[in-house]
Amino acid sequence: MKLPTLTTSLLIAGLTLGSTAVMADDYVIDTKGAHASIKFRVQHLGYSWLYGRFNEFGGKFSYDEKQPEKSSIEVTIKTSSVDSNHAERDKHLRSDDFLNVAKYPEAKFVSTGYTQGKDGNGVLKGNLTLNGVTKPLEIDVEFIGAGDDPWGGYRVGFEGTTRFAMADFGIVKDLGPKSKDVEMTLSVEGIKQ
Amino acid sequence: MQLKNSSTHFGLIAVGLHWLVAITVFGLFALGLWMTGLDYYDSWYKQGPWWHKSIGIMLFFIVITRLCWRLLNPPPAALTSHKPWEIKLAHMAHLLMYLLLLTIMVSGYLISTADNRAIEVFGWFEVPATITSLPKQEDIAGWVHLILASTLIGLVVLHAAAALKHHFFDRDRTLKRILGR
Repeated sequence: MKLPTLTTSLLIAGLTLGSTAVMADDYVIDTKGAHASIKFRVQHLGYSWLYGRFNEFGGKFSYDEKQPEKSSIEVTIKTSSVDSNHAERDKHLRSDDFLNVAKYPEAKFVSTGYTQGKDGNGVLKGNLTLNGVTKPLEIDVEFIGAGDDPWGGYRVGFEGTTRFAMADFGIVKDLGPKSKDVEMTLSVEGIKQ
Repeated sequence: MQLKNSSTHFGLIAVGLHWLVAITVFGLFALGLWMTGLDYYDSWYKQGPWWHKSIGIMLFFIVITRLCWRLLNPPPAALTSHKPWEIKLAHMAHLLMYLLLLTIMVSGYLISTADNRAIEVFGWFEVPATITSLPKQEDIAGWVHLILASTLIGLVVLHAAAALKHHFFDRDRTLKRILGR
């Protein structure tokens, strides 16, 4: 039971330091090394899960273990990189029935606030822009781990999950009553800059 | 009516192939436009593309056969009443229609096989993928497929209008010849 005490003292030390100059650390999402992914799933007919992902995206976040509420993140997704492992379906997903990538080549999430619980997990609030529509969205965030990497850097990783109705973002193609929502999982590993 | 073309008349094989291709092209064009707008729960949502691909692959073999037949058994000479510019323009249109047909079929094949999936033909056999995973392959091939198919239909309308012009205004045998008379 020494660990919480240590954390608390570090936290106090951090806050004390913070009163003078606390700068949240900036991280770049490691898409170069592909230690990050954006996946989605939609029910097919209500009988199974159809998984897909976006292969091209990028972003950065700032995170301070001592003041997590000051964290922020910005992620930009290239919508044409949608990949559900089926060329004909991907072509359809890129059409104006779904992502309308010719008109809206980018989707974006920009956070507006973060609240973190004691377990390190938290809720990220922000605005998602998808298919040209911007709406507030909450992402449940799980803290995975943080520490030095073997190559001289420092990394921290999270996994965020969220669920929303596609129609909220103007994607109205009817895939059936069980397939109105999409669930998204954002796995990010950030490298401290 | 003979099977083979003579120097003045089209034979049954050339006439049959001409109309088989013509009807199939109109059918595939209509089916293609219709099937891509279907609801997900429509019973034709899966069947439409299956027929479109199966018929499209068969059409490819038919067009190849037609071109071979044309080389082995050239069409009759143009009517003497045809003006040189008419003959030249008609030949260009015919050549362009063959080129469009082949390009449309190849581009359609490249959509469905972009991710290395084979194309099933009536459940009889499968056509394997060859060229796959080019950047944006299914999108570019899809765009080419639609634009060239629309172009072909436009050219076919001109081709038909020209035939009707010969029939009703010039009152020559042009249209009758491709009906085997």
